[in-house]
Amino acid sequence: MRKVFGGKVAVRDLTLTVPRGEIFGFLGPNGAGKSTSIKLLLGLARPTSGEAFVLGAPSGDVEIRRKIGFLPENFRFYEWLTPAELLHLHGRLCGVDNSKLSERVPALIDLVGLTPHIDKRLQNFSKGMLQRVGLAQALIHEPDIIFLDEPTSGLDPLGRRMVRDIIRAQRDRGATVFLNSHLLSEIEITCDQVVFIREGEVVTSRDMRKQHEEAVRVEVRARKLSPECVSGLSRWSASVQVDEERLTLTAQSREPLPDILRYLVDAGADVYQFTPQRLSLEELFISVMGEDRGF
Amino acid sequence: MGVWIMAGITFREAARKKILWTALLAGLAFLLVFGIGLRFQVGDFRNSAVPPFLRYQVISAMLMIGLYTVDLLAVVMTTLTSVDTISGEITSGTIHAIATKPLARWQILIGKWLGFVAMAGVYVALMFWGTIAEGYWIGGVMAQHPVRGSLLVFLECIVALSVTFMFGTWFSTLTSGVITLGLLGVAFLGGWLEQMSGFTEGSRLAMVGIISSLVMPSEAIWRRAAFEMESPLSGSLQFSPFADISIPSGAMIGYACVYLLIALGVAVYHFGERDL
Repeated sequence: MRKVFGGKVAVRDLTLTVPRGEIFGFLGPNGAGKSTSIKLLLGLARPTSGEAFVLGAPSGDVEIRRKIGFLPENFRFYEWLTPAELLHLHGRLCGVDNSKLSERVPALIDLVGLTPHIDKRLQNFSKGMLQRVGLAQALIHEPDIIFLDEPTSGLDPLGRRMVRDIIRAQRDRGATVFLNSHLLSEIEITCDQVVFIREGEVVTSRDMRKQHEEAVRVEVRARKLSPECVSGLSRWSASVQVDEERLTLTAQSREPLPDILRYLVDAGADVYQFTPQRLSLEELFISVMGEDRGF
Repeated sequence: MGVWIMAGITFREAARKKILWTALLAGLAFLLVFGIGLRFQVGDFRNSAVPPFLRYQVISAMLMIGLYTVDLLAVVMTTLTSVDTISGEITSGTIHAIATKPLARWQILIGKWLGFVAMAGVYVALMFWGTIAEGYWIGGVMAQHPVRGSLLVFLECIVALSVTFMFGTWFSTLTSGVITLGLLGVAFLGGWLEQMSGFTEGSRLAMVGIISSLVMPSEAIWRRAAFEMESPLSGSLQFSPFADISIPSGAMIGYACVYLLIALGVAVYHFGERDL
């Protein structure tokens, strides 16, 4: 998809596939086109060129929206409603009948931790509480795919954990979760797969479930490291550096790490520390996006 | 179904706006002042030598002025309460949670429009029939065709509402409000210029009024309503500001209906096409 506002390109050439039943992270710096991309996928905006399909239907298809849930970045609604009234309204708009709503509404309010505030009007809610209500309205019709735009930005650590648990529970019941968040640590521990976009294009992607297949840097602190012992490490690593008692090597995956440790011990080294380190999502983000360019 | 849910929530949303309650309070104050004025006038007539025929015409003219005030209040209230329902919700992002639900954009817009139509209907019914009741019980006068009159005032509100919706799909709340009120001002001025042209049979002045009514037919609808409600005698005697000097035809009312539908159609089309 491509989206141009006036002369400004918001989404340059976005091409991606989101597998069903996964938690899909959508990452990028400010102004990368994330929110615009979500609007295009939801039919809130029309692409200048290209097309998107959600659950097999063209984006914007009215009927398929019965299977789509959406939490906007800054969820706002009529502030004179209570959480229960808001959920009833959104449920009815999604075609959920009243008997189901009478069960689901209190259950969802409890799920997002707002039962003590069930009779309060939204005008008295903090940003975090509004986000919790917004998350509940996105789930009221048990959608097959849920778009969450910065769902934890206004939440405290306990709230973030709650959202994380809800997201996983949705995945476990078979739903797909499309997650846009700036909180890389949240993405890292929640998502099955992430893509990085910059200037409206996918730059790279990462399958979070295959981290064991990725290159790992290992820091070793050991004494009695003979030159023969160090040279013998070349069978696992092309990059071995020694600085007195400190040895650093890069293995192609986590698989050979037990063999490497066993080899060092058998070669007579006294090993005090053996620490595998992989690139965190934040490090990967910075390496992909470069330094802050004032987006 | 979605249309009616939207209409219901919009009616409730509109009913919570301060401007509605301000307009209702202003309306109640108006009814109070109007009732007191009528009572004083009737009392003064009892002690005067003014013939009953003339008394009736004066009280009838007062009733028409009262109904004209109701008309202005209703149109302005309808415009001001509805002016941010589209543009405001687009700007704040409130519309995003609604527009991603399984209902078409036209259902959202028509639902909102129906909500405001219902609110305008309630307002017109309360204020218009309140004034009519005061005229009857205190002043002893009755409009000639009050049902037709009230329907025309209601139509005028719906025309203003549809124009407000149309601009609301394009512009910000402030801009669309200024444009709509500006058009109502043009119609107001044009209507009175056309009325004045009747005294001198000035066709050029009448043309200005007609063109103004074509641009925004709200005032023409009121003048037709006034024609329907005034007694034939006081109308022909030119005893009130709304006398039968220049009467908009039935075709003008038909034009106003078409105008309304076009404005609403443009609003539906543009809201359906634009990015949110």
